[in-house]
Amino acid sequence: MTAASQATAAASLRGPDAGTARTALLFAVGLTIAALAPFALYPVFVMKVLCFALFACAFNLLIGFAGLLSFGHAAFFGGAAYVTAHAVKVWGLPPELGLLLGTAAAALLGLLFGAIAIRRQGIYFAMITLALSQMVFFMALQLKFTGGEDGIQGVPRGVLFGVFDLTQPLTMYYAVLTVFVFGFAVIWRAVHSPFGQVLKAIRENEPRAISLGYRTERYKLLAFVLSASLAGLAGGTKALVFQLASLTDVQWQMSGEVVLMTLLGGMGTLVGPVVGAGLVVTLESYLAATSLPVPVVIGAIFVVCVLLFRRGIVGEILARLPGRKG
Amino acid sequence: MFDLLGVPPQVLFGQLLLGLINGSFYALLSLGLAVIFGMLNVINFAHGALYMVGAFVAWLLLNYLGLGYWWALFLAPTVVGLVGMVLEKTMLSRLYKLDHLYGLLLTFGLALILEGAFRHQYGVSGQPYPIPDLLKGGQNLGFMFLPNYRGWVVAASLIVCFGTWFAIERTRLGAYLRAATENPVLVQAFGINVPVMVSLTYAFGVALAGLAGVLAAPIYQVSPLMGSNLIIIVFAVVVIGGMGSILGAILTGLGLGLMEGLTKVFYPEASNIVVFVVMAIVLLIKPAGLFGRER
Amino acid sequence: MRSLLLAGTALLTLTSGAAHAQMSNDVIRIGVLNDRSGIYADLAGEGSAIAARMAAEEFGGKVAGAPIEIVVADHQNKADIAASKAREWVDTGNVDVIADVPNSAAALAVQGITRDKKRIFLMSGPGATALTGAQCSPYGFHWAYDNYAMAAGTGRALYEQGKKNWYFVTADYAFGQSLEEETTKMVNKLGGKIVGSVRHPLGSADFSSFLLQAQGSKADVIGFANAGADATNAVKQAAEFGITQSGQSLAGLLLFITDIHALGLPAAQGLMFTEGFYWNLDDQTRDWSKKFEAKAGKKPTMVQAGVYSAVRHYLKAVDAAKTDDPDKVAAKMRELPVEDMFAKKGKVAANGRMFHDMYLVRVKAPGQSKGPWDYYDVVKTIPAETAFLDPALSGCPLVK
Repeated sequence: MTAASQATAAASLRGPDAGTARTALLFAVGLTIAALAPFALYPVFVMKVLCFALFACAFNLLIGFAGLLSFGHAAFFGGAAYVTAHAVKVWGLPPELGLLLGTAAAALLGLLFGAIAIRRQGIYFAMITLALSQMVFFMALQLKFTGGEDGIQGVPRGVLFGVFDLTQPLTMYYAVLTVFVFGFAVIWRAVHSPFGQVLKAIRENEPRAISLGYRTERYKLLAFVLSASLAGLAGGTKALVFQLASLTDVQWQMSGEVVLMTLLGGMGTLVGPVVGAGLVVTLESYLAATSLPVPVVIGAIFVVCVLLFRRGIVGEILARLPGRKG
Repeated sequence: MFDLLGVPPQVLFGQLLLGLINGSFYALLSLGLAVIFGMLNVINFAHGALYMVGAFVAWLLLNYLGLGYWWALFLAPTVVGLVGMVLEKTMLSRLYKLDHLYGLLLTFGLALILEGAFRHQYGVSGQPYPIPDLLKGGQNLGFMFLPNYRGWVVAASLIVCFGTWFAIERTRLGAYLRAATENPVLVQAFGINVPVMVSLTYAFGVALAGLAGVLAAPIYQVSPLMGSNLIIIVFAVVVIGGMGSILGAILTGLGLGLMEGLTKVFYPEASNIVVFVVMAIVLLIKPAGLFGRER
Repeated sequence: MRSLLLAGTALLTLTSGAAHAQMSNDVIRIGVLNDRSGIYADLAGEGSAIAARMAAEEFGGKVAGAPIEIVVADHQNKADIAASKAREWVDTGNVDVIADVPNSAAALAVQGITRDKKRIFLMSGPGATALTGAQCSPYGFHWAYDNYAMAAGTGRALYEQGKKNWYFVTADYAFGQSLEEETTKMVNKLGGKIVGSVRHPLGSADFSSFLLQAQGSKADVIGFANAGADATNAVKQAAEFGITQSGQSLAGLLLFITDIHALGLPAAQGLMFTEGFYWNLDDQTRDWSKKFEAKAGKKPTMVQAGVYSAVRHYLKAVDAAKTDDPDKVAAKMRELPVEDMFAKKGKVAANGRMFHDMYLVRVKAPGQSKGPWDYYDVVKTIPAETAFLDPALSGCPLVK
């Protein structure tokens, strides 16, 4: 396989990126808003949004760009949360090492899940990932270090790189923002690389990608591991923000939630999951103080979304912008 | 008397029988899912919620209209079937041309709405539903005490399951159905109204869930959350059996009930997870499930 | 003369200053944080908020010159939502007190936050003994019940009735295991025996298999160390399998009156367990519960009554201390006796545990009940001193 043919394959899938300048501008604006957000909004809330946004982006890498619906991403998110929390609290490691360990654990889990699931397609893939994540949930319940349903509580935030004191809300916030930007950049880079183009080729037509000489399983596995690691990074960060890791993070409902966020924001768009995560987290926290039943509202949004706005919020906007075709 | 791993055989026998009872619930529920998937290519995530609705309809009939169990046994599945038909006509039918994924997501949303609404209205503690007088009491089988009601549940669900299997695999109507699954356009050309058939199939599939709900009402608390854990297990059953395979769903349901029964003796903590272990193993060896064909 | 006048004015400004300046802001804000839609919504939920409002109304909506405000939120049984809501309330919402918080994981998270941020935390919903043990806090008060009281009380009372051999059907979760452990300790101490136990996953629908194992054990008592839907399903199926007819007693280790209401008397009759409160104890409880029922549409659970009592005691302490300074209020709360319809001669120990009488109850048979919510025979009052764990043994660092 030569670079030239890869480039051709890529070009045939999507035209050259005309709006690079506009995209760069958008990101700059987004970053500025994010940097200023803690002064206008409650920082812990924005941090939560960022953690879930990264989680959703990681999930979207699979569904949006490789066409794989994983129904077991909670395992990576929650698994990493437990490992990070344990490393920081019990082993007394600094937060950066804790995060690293959490991410590594998620990557390992991802490799294991991926190796088992990747040969299956569609709904079987979803089901096998669900089954595996249920086993992780079972382990989280049975293993001693996870603290059963009480979870790991009172995780210290610590001092990042020995310099940044994360107990300060603003410092914590910018640390989380940095993690998010890092994760997002990784995804952006992956999607816009030849690797990302091959993934899209697989999503559109796997037999064709195989006939072009790509070993599609390897690409899918790599995408899966990458997605799992980033989901783990998000989970580990969340454990530091809330200073706890609990069963909620590994339950299958969490896997459902991330599907909702991605779908709502727009599958296969880079920014979509961020918007979706922001919206869902806002809704959950807003509805928590009202008498409206939260699941009914969320369910209704889900249904409306599937029936009317399948491209999601960002997807719909992009589709309506001049000069862009879905 | 010889013991098996420290468990006397009569205990084991009792546990297997109980496993079979649970298995017949799984079979009934997964049968509905399999029928729906086979015909509509929709993974019906709302199945557990509709099972709950079936139980609630029975409870509402008893409390507001004074209609007892035997009425509920026919009325509740009918109501659930009608609800299903409305859902199919207004929502699901728009998604057939799309990826399976969207059907799954839509029904997931519907499940959230149904469960949330009942929870909001009736709370979560659940409602009591009495065992019908005719089936009160039980039989002493020597190795265990078998409540009459449980015996009835096994009998009823086995009859319904194998009746459905027979209807689909051995009758003319079933032949139309199977043909429409293979090639809807051709069947339509033969003058059969395929959309109506699809609607009726969905209605029938969820009515089975409603029936299971009524059967479950006197055993479990009638609670808005009764379906939410079950659905994941029933999914696993259908996947193990092979998506869309009727016989696969029935036999796997029964088999997994037995497996679970044994797990409850030897490693009870894992009794919720054994289904997933089996699923992972089966899918590794037979990717399309025990009775399925890879599409 | 002039100096005297000056001194007088100074004193006046000082005292009036004390009445105002010592309030952190001009309002006492009480946040009722609990499950409003999930499994604890019936035993806590909106009912707890109603109970808190009733306590505030008793003070005329004002304490030490500051109006009392109740805010509510749903933690959806997720520890992270509970934690973020609690933080937000404390950081930006000027919330002085957080009340209720069922679900141990959520309560432990909130306990950590209120300890760091110095806010009073009135726990009525959660059961974990760690909240007044290793995880205790100078600002955390554990009010209605805890796992020890539920388990040990029932274990002791049944032993005294000659039921000495236990078999446990335990939820395979930390709370289930802790209930089993506490009961085991008590039964063993008294000389009884544990003949076996089986752990079931949380959310099992079918209990017949576990019940059959329990029946086969020939134990005097089958103890259900589980809660909510698990407990009600287990009890219901025990009736179905005729377990009680064969002479074994059933004991619930964590049941609430809403569970009995949900089960109905035919299935629940004869069941014994420990309660922190029953609406039909005396005139005071009947009176209060009637008012509660008028607002909530059902009788209060011990959790809801506990929220009332805790909030009332907090307000009394603020009133007495003339400040909402958490350290001073916490000291006052420990100093003042708790005296209301929920707790007679209750007192708060150093570890934050509120000691009050508990009750061993037996569920009535359908024929004995005079109507809805007439569910219990109070078999025995468990005096406060023995109802709860001795603070010296709790492992709480605050106990010297």
